[in-house]
Amino acid sequence: MSEAVKQKQPAPTTSVEAPSRLPRPTVGQLLRTDLGFVPVLLTLLVIAAYFALTTGGLFLTPRNLSNLVLQITQIGVLALGSTLVLLLGEIDLSVAAVSTLCAVVMGVLTERQGMPAGWAILAALVTGALAGLINGLLVAFIRIPSFIVTLAASIGYSGLLLYLLAGQSTLIIHDAFIVSLANNYLPDALGVGLPTLALLLYIGFVVLNYVRRRQAGLRTQPLARLLLQIVIVAVIVEGAVALFESYLGVPQSVVFLTGLILLCWLLLTKTPFGRYVYAVGGNAEAARRAGINVPLIRVAVFTMCSTLAAIGGVLAASRGLAVASQIDPTLLLDSIAAAVIGGVSLFGGKGSVWSLILGALIIGSLENGLDLKSQGTDVKEMVEGVVLVIAVAADALIRRAQARRGR
Amino acid sequence: MADSSISTPTAPSRPGQTGVAEPRLRLTGISKTFGAVQALSNVDFEVHAGEVVGLVGDNGAGKSTLVKIISGVEQADSGEIFLEGTPVKITGPSVATRLGIETVYQDLALCDNLDVVANLFLGHEELDIWPALSEVHMEREALRVLSVLDVKIPSVRVPVSLLSGGQRQSIAVAKTILRQARVVLLDEPTAALGVAQTRQVLNLIKRLREQGLAVVVISHNLADVFEVVDRVIVLRLGRRVATFDVKSATPERVVAAITGAEFGAEVDANGSNGGGSQS
Repeated sequence: MSEAVKQKQPAPTTSVEAPSRLPRPTVGQLLRTDLGFVPVLLTLLVIAAYFALTTGGLFLTPRNLSNLVLQITQIGVLALGSTLVLLLGEIDLSVAAVSTLCAVVMGVLTERQGMPAGWAILAALVTGALAGLINGLLVAFIRIPSFIVTLAASIGYSGLLLYLLAGQSTLIIHDAFIVSLANNYLPDALGVGLPTLALLLYIGFVVLNYVRRRQAGLRTQPLARLLLQIVIVAVIVEGAVALFESYLGVPQSVVFLTGLILLCWLLLTKTPFGRYVYAVGGNAEAARRAGINVPLIRVAVFTMCSTLAAIGGVLAASRGLAVASQIDPTLLLDSIAAAVIGGVSLFGGKGSVWSLILGALIIGSLENGLDLKSQGTDVKEMVEGVVLVIAVAADALIRRAQARRGR
Repeated sequence: MADSSISTPTAPSRPGQTGVAEPRLRLTGISKTFGAVQALSNVDFEVHAGEVVGLVGDNGAGKSTLVKIISGVEQADSGEIFLEGTPVKITGPSVATRLGIETVYQDLALCDNLDVVANLFLGHEELDIWPALSEVHMEREALRVLSVLDVKIPSVRVPVSLLSGGQRQSIAVAKTILRQARVVLLDEPTAALGVAQTRQVLNLIKRLREQGLAVVVISHNLADVFEVVDRVIVLRLGRRVATFDVKSATPERVVAAITGAEFGAEVDANGSNGGGSQS
């Protein structure tokens, strides 16, 4: 059948494209592009297997895995923001401070000022957006390195949140709505229905795209590969749903996290804005010459990053039932590490938002597994440090493997 | 074509055109000083549709300054610019782009991490339904332009970092065609390219001429210049000192004009009615 289609539609590709002209990709290049997630996935499987064996299977129970996913929600949302900034080739060291600050703003407004939860959450998000806007303006227009700007912001906001809490070290959140955000589970119908609907939409768009490319005479990937791709996505989605359903159901915070990742993925890959983000990260000068408003993109991305940090803070406060004056010391590094382990390049322009789930799962598994084995913070932080160094080293090595081939 | 080695401005026998066809782009009396340095003094320049002009000269001769003035990066102190006979003021790079004057700089301005289609349409993306990119349409369009230019690449969906130098140059040029360029300036298009890749780029330049574009090639490599251009304009110390028809000129005479060993070429320095000499 495919032969017939080919004959009916003389493809315009024939004269221009010929895969044979591409020098055979090296292993390094494959790892950099199509198979970038494989080493990360293998690492995750090794870690999971290790903890499963050493905890007598406790690690892999639906209950523990469900908890693990809840534990990584905040890291995941912050890593999403970090990913956006890293794609620009910048870094945001203020995500943890902004996240905590925004949670404190929300806590103080509801618990002390008696503001309705909805308004307090909105205020927290606006605070985050504002913090990001300031970072972005300083980076984009005054051209201060983002490293310095956000480090200064981080210190400043730690002070501001102490001031807002006025000496109180922990503010308990009582508001029922806020508490329900991260601690509730979706009813079974929604828990199964929502992901399945998303899956069906995804399959619909993949098939539609295939058909449209066929009609336009463009090259399409082999049907078998397309089917394999659909099957893999379906297995992952429905497998995760089955896992959650075998415990208490799909947690709401997972819906928030995957929803936000989905939104960012659509924004980054399907819209001109996302294209510009990658372009600025790849070659800012080329982007500028192409007429892209580079400062505007930078400001927008920093604003989005801090707004996501605020969302992460709200979810963390909801899950922890409190806001604290102490910023979690590993939160910042964990969220950037999740992005980098997932394959987002520190040098800008490369990486996908989906891969940060793998990075966050690796970090979450280490913490969770070492907790199960009753290890203290000392061991946990040392192990995490080693894993992060390995991830960054892999990034640098793969980069070099690619550069060695030259163009 | 006249037999003299220097193409006199009265060699207008362009096929299918009258002898006094208005050039696609014409600059008259361009002067520019940077502080005490006179970068360009009273330079005339013209390029016709379907013509490739080589702009040569030693370092500091004023080539870059002239290109910057045409592409809007710098403004001339005095002089006029005409696009198809209409006087225009090129006050910035975006104005040049709007007028259909595109410059491909040596660094090519490509985003290595983006694929060919994304690079070709960067900043001018087409949409399906707002805000969704119309990938299918852009890819078709990209393939069309690349096949017109006879560019051969593995796929339009590979990142440009995987392409060879010649292929990258081709992508940078194709970008200008997609934006409906009428005048294309190529800054050292064959610098740092191997033999086979240089050939690709020279073929590409011939394709541009076939498409009826006015092409200006700035180059140090006289062999390349002689292979592909119709006329050579020589700048020396900020003045236009000679114009050659490649059919009858020799590289030696061009070198002589570049280095200042020969001044007989001053005769056509006004160049106001300089004719193209294609075919």
